[in-house]
Amino acid sequence: MKNIDSRTHVRGESVYLDDIPLIQGTLFGVAFGSPMAHGVIRNLNVADAEAMPGVVRVLTHKDVTGENQIGGIIPDEPLFADHHVHYVGMPIAFVVAETDDDARAAVKKITVDIEPLRVITDPREAQALGELIIPPKHFRLGDTSTAWAQCMHIFEGCADTNGQEHLYIETQGAYAIPQENNGIKLYSSTQGPTAVQRAVSRSSGLPMHQIEVDVIRLGGGFGGKEDQANMWAALVAVAAHVLKKPVKYSLHRMEDMAMTGKRHPYSSDFKIGLDNDLKIIAYEATFYQNAGAAADLSPAVLERTLFHCTNSYYVPNVSATAYSCRTHLPPNTAFRGFGGPQGMFVIEAAIAKAAESLRIDASVIQEKNLIQTGDEFPFGQKAESEAPACWHKTTELYELNAIRERIATFNNENRLSKKGLALMPVCFGISFTNTRMNQARALVHLYTDGSVNVSTGAVEMGQGVNTKMLQVAAQVLSIRSERVKLLTTSTYRIASTSPSAASATADLNGRAVQLACDELVKRLKTVAAGELQTDVEAITLKDEWVYVNDQKTDWDWERLLMAAFSKRVSLSEHAHYATPGIHFDPIAAKGHPFAYHVYGTAIVETTVDCLRGIYEINNIKVVHDFGVSMNTAIDRGQIEGGIVQGLGWMTMEEVIFDKTGRLRSNALSTYKVPDIYSVPDEIAIEALKTEQDNLAIFRSKAVGEPPLMYGIGAYFALRNAILAFNPTARIPFDAPMTPEKVLLALYDGRTSFSTNDQTASYVAVNS
Amino acid sequence: MLMKPGPPLRARLHQHDKKMEQKTTNSTLISFILNNKQINTSLPPGTTLLDFVRYNQHLTGTKIGCREGDCGACTVLVGELCEGAVRYRTATSCLMPLGNAPGKHIVTIEGINLDVLTPVQQAMTDESATQCGFCTPGFVMSLAGFCLSDKAPTRQNAIAAIDGNICRCTGYKSIERAAERVANQLEGCNGEEAAQFAVEQSILPDYFTHIPERLHTLSLRLNGEHQNGTLSVQYVGGGTDVYVQKHDEIKDASIQFLSDKPYLKGIRQEGRECLIQAASTVTDLIESVVIQTYFPDFKTYAKLVSSTPIRNMATIGGNFVNASPIGDFTIFFLALDATLALNDGSQTREVPLHRFYKGYKTLDKQADEVLEQIRFTLPNSATRFNFEKVSKRTHLDIASVNSAIRITVEEDIITDICLSAGGVAPIPKRLEKTEEFLIGKELTESLVIDAINVTQTEISPISDARGTETYKRLLLSQLIKAHFLKLFPGLNVEQLLTPSAL
Repeated sequence: MKNIDSRTHVRGESVYLDDIPLIQGTLFGVAFGSPMAHGVIRNLNVADAEAMPGVVRVLTHKDVTGENQIGGIIPDEPLFADHHVHYVGMPIAFVVAETDDDARAAVKKITVDIEPLRVITDPREAQALGELIIPPKHFRLGDTSTAWAQCMHIFEGCADTNGQEHLYIETQGAYAIPQENNGIKLYSSTQGPTAVQRAVSRSSGLPMHQIEVDVIRLGGGFGGKEDQANMWAALVAVAAHVLKKPVKYSLHRMEDMAMTGKRHPYSSDFKIGLDNDLKIIAYEATFYQNAGAAADLSPAVLERTLFHCTNSYYVPNVSATAYSCRTHLPPNTAFRGFGGPQGMFVIEAAIAKAAESLRIDASVIQEKNLIQTGDEFPFGQKAESEAPACWHKTTELYELNAIRERIATFNNENRLSKKGLALMPVCFGISFTNTRMNQARALVHLYTDGSVNVSTGAVEMGQGVNTKMLQVAAQVLSIRSERVKLLTTSTYRIASTSPSAASATADLNGRAVQLACDELVKRLKTVAAGELQTDVEAITLKDEWVYVNDQKTDWDWERLLMAAFSKRVSLSEHAHYATPGIHFDPIAAKGHPFAYHVYGTAIVETTVDCLRGIYEINNIKVVHDFGVSMNTAIDRGQIEGGIVQGLGWMTMEEVIFDKTGRLRSNALSTYKVPDIYSVPDEIAIEALKTEQDNLAIFRSKAVGEPPLMYGIGAYFALRNAILAFNPTARIPFDAPMTPEKVLLALYDGRTSFSTNDQTASYVAVNS
Repeated sequence: MLMKPGPPLRARLHQHDKKMEQKTTNSTLISFILNNKQINTSLPPGTTLLDFVRYNQHLTGTKIGCREGDCGACTVLVGELCEGAVRYRTATSCLMPLGNAPGKHIVTIEGINLDVLTPVQQAMTDESATQCGFCTPGFVMSLAGFCLSDKAPTRQNAIAAIDGNICRCTGYKSIERAAERVANQLEGCNGEEAAQFAVEQSILPDYFTHIPERLHTLSLRLNGEHQNGTLSVQYVGGGTDVYVQKHDEIKDASIQFLSDKPYLKGIRQEGRECLIQAASTVTDLIESVVIQTYFPDFKTYAKLVSSTPIRNMATIGGNFVNASPIGDFTIFFLALDATLALNDGSQTREVPLHRFYKGYKTLDKQADEVLEQIRFTLPNSATRFNFEKVSKRTHLDIASVNSAIRITVEEDIITDICLSAGGVAPIPKRLEKTEEFLIGKELTESLVIDAINVTQTEISPISDARGTETYKRLLLSQLIKAHFLKLFPGLNVEQLLTPSAL
């Protein structure tokens, strides 16, 4: 089944936040962000702005009717900076005017005197100063301190990954419309309607039941609109509440890029020990997460780094420590993978370092250490592993040995062009690691004409979750899909939603839809049994018809609904689902936090132009553990899209902050995401079909995040290509592998000046 | 239509401006066709087409992604009369002022919708090439533009048509498959007029068949007065740079629009010289017979420069005048030792391009001077030419470093050399010391290495978002090597890669 939004998408008729017809009298807001990364506000002058044409009001922290606070996990993030500023772009004031142009003209008239304080942009510097968001977290398995003695080979090193801008093509925004008796209706481009409702409730001082958050759809989210949508929603809501007028704010791209957090950059240390047989005996890692100025989702992201610090491998002795470091950057946040990719990169770097030092291919170490069913993850859960199955199917199906031979021949025959190859196995846990978030609700209404409305807590942002929800309802009710409509995500229909995140949205909400529909079917069968004077057990509903003992009757779906209504049987059902069997003790750092894991293996091939330092990712060949896909078109799209996003993170996407905390890659002209020419010629995807039961909806395993991590293979493939040209190149483990880093590595030790300077991400950039 | 440049033309412009001045006192209307609707608007001509269609006409299918021409979510079609027929090209409406719309047919996604999905829309649906859907109208419009172009219906050309559209969800593979389907469907066209064929195939609504006559009528009514300008305060060509840099200031400014001035259009050969009128777009250059004849690789170079819709809008004159130190075509024409003709309304003055740049974003140009023409000597059979560009993303990106070379070697001796580089100085730079070093010498590998060492003494790159100083120095060295290896394949690669060299 195709995405149910396809028709309106391709006709330009789908409605996003900025397309909602405006209510008369709507005002427009624009935030004034701090020009400094860290300091004390000495004087704020908004009078000139207030005197500008069309300006209705300039709001500051003094105007907040509730608490000046929007922090989710930890209350450490004010809505408006009051005394201190903690990052460039931190909202200090909110101009509300009659037109968007008026608001934007006025915001330029605001001036602020800030007494500067020390600016920290480096997480290691923050950690050394004790600037931590939460106390450090540790995961331990076995005992590394004694395990080193058993290791034949021990390697240590550093591995860094940069951030990543979400670059949802629809920017953030919100539109608040006051209702009678102080209620507020909010349209928000958010992945977390309840998070917005909570933040608005707190900052406005209104109880949650006064606030309806309604989400039609998002023009992309990728984690960037999980908690970071709260700010804009709270600003317009407070303004609307104070002014009693509808207020809208749709961010311009540069505002969005400058003011919102991104994927967390990490700096990490690793130590890996292998025995004579290349089995990994011990692994230690220390992660320094660049959290930015406030907690946001950083503690949860940090934890997932630890959950995935051994990726697809079994390591009997693990000690991993993670620091969430407070810096003066916008608060970093969720991004597809949620800290997992950053953890996986480090163990892949450790394996690459071991392989390069031992002069063997990294895949030898990777393959020998794949996690097996029954092996224990460092957090105590036992694996039900598809890792070896995915690996072996990949190498056989795509004929890895033949690829290797072809590449060796190519590299022998070409002087200025070299190919590199890497394998990337992925193992990703499905569930919110915060166990209590693994619950969802669905509301299903059957109408007497046979049509059906379904509401869930899932937010449609391109991942196709609404299509999957519709499939679940149609299948369980056994009716044509055209009868089912998915409604917008509203906190008035579905309360206490978990954000659409963690790849688990379809699983959780799909199960809730299934439960609701199961209950309705049960009721309808009882009605049918009464009407047809038979036992309930004899009734089945199939393709819109009632069957008795597998014999088709003359009762169809519509007749059955009308009969149920006449008998005063409820045709509506609200269901609640909570993932069974999962638990995690954060103090002991042990438990069974994941409903299941998703596995897969990718082969990545690259070609480097060794004259210019530019490169191509030629192809990616994947075997992916789908379980049993309930929608192959959507799942394939998720995998292709995830892979390319991962490639972007590892290659061209370079977030650049200067030492003063100012974002230099602040527009699409300076921050590059993959375009159509930069994607591989071929992305081959083969399913590993697994028949055993799992906790996924219809056994169709979650697919949102895991594919992103196949992209990590591109980094190591590029490294191998560089080493084919310059075997003595010293290449720091420092992603992304931009053309700059490639060229400097290709000519490392071959030029009369040092090419080992810091690259753009870490230098103070000229203004 | 080509006209002779020089003072008579300029005088014509001033007459024209005077007329406009009188006219603007009674609030001039901007008239064009938007989809199937006649538009006569008195909004400021600096307003972007994007804001006009979304917030004035409430056509919300055109999306806002970046407002700087880098994402393509706001792509529209712009049709203009060209020898009796309407020629459609794509444009990013965020960078197109209303002042560049008069007399044209502007098509948004609403203007191509039929009751059933068009083949482009059907292909996007069938291949699941839409996920969140926000970028989708832009892709649909770019592919619709492809259907209306005279490009061969190949997969490669269909993909080239969407090179300016960014999608963050799909990873493009499904979109490639959709583009291929579209190309396949166009194979049935046997030289029919593209719009006619598109209407027959239900690619477009049938009102398109009447657009040529409607535009013709409109053009008669406009009587050649396409502009809604007063005496200029600000000149705007294609708008692709000025609307990125100064969006807020310019929208209400008094603007002299240059893009559609007939005397600023046209590319022609006169003897050994090529004359390019300054409002010629990059696409005009790509499609020019003169350019194709003398620069067979031009299309390959141009593919490295921005994207299809931007190339459709951006003018060569604008590329020179915006004075970016990494302007791709500035670097290209620097190596051709081009000369510029500037006119202040009374007289024409010529300036060599490499003397045009006085400092960072500082030009040898008076406020009232307009760049009218670029003139350069065409390569002869002994001349070799190459252009190199490296950026973080190979396509649709600004160069970290770019460079061009024109060189003649006779009996192993370099008898002519012109070498330029961008991204290594405050201005687009002619590498004059390097040229001086090379001229008259025998071309050898070691000469190239030595020349590169000279180059290093005359450049002053800075570290910025496009790379560190170290990188830019190394990269330019490599690009100079690339020039020589490409133009003189007999040179020994190993000797050019000697560890001692930069």
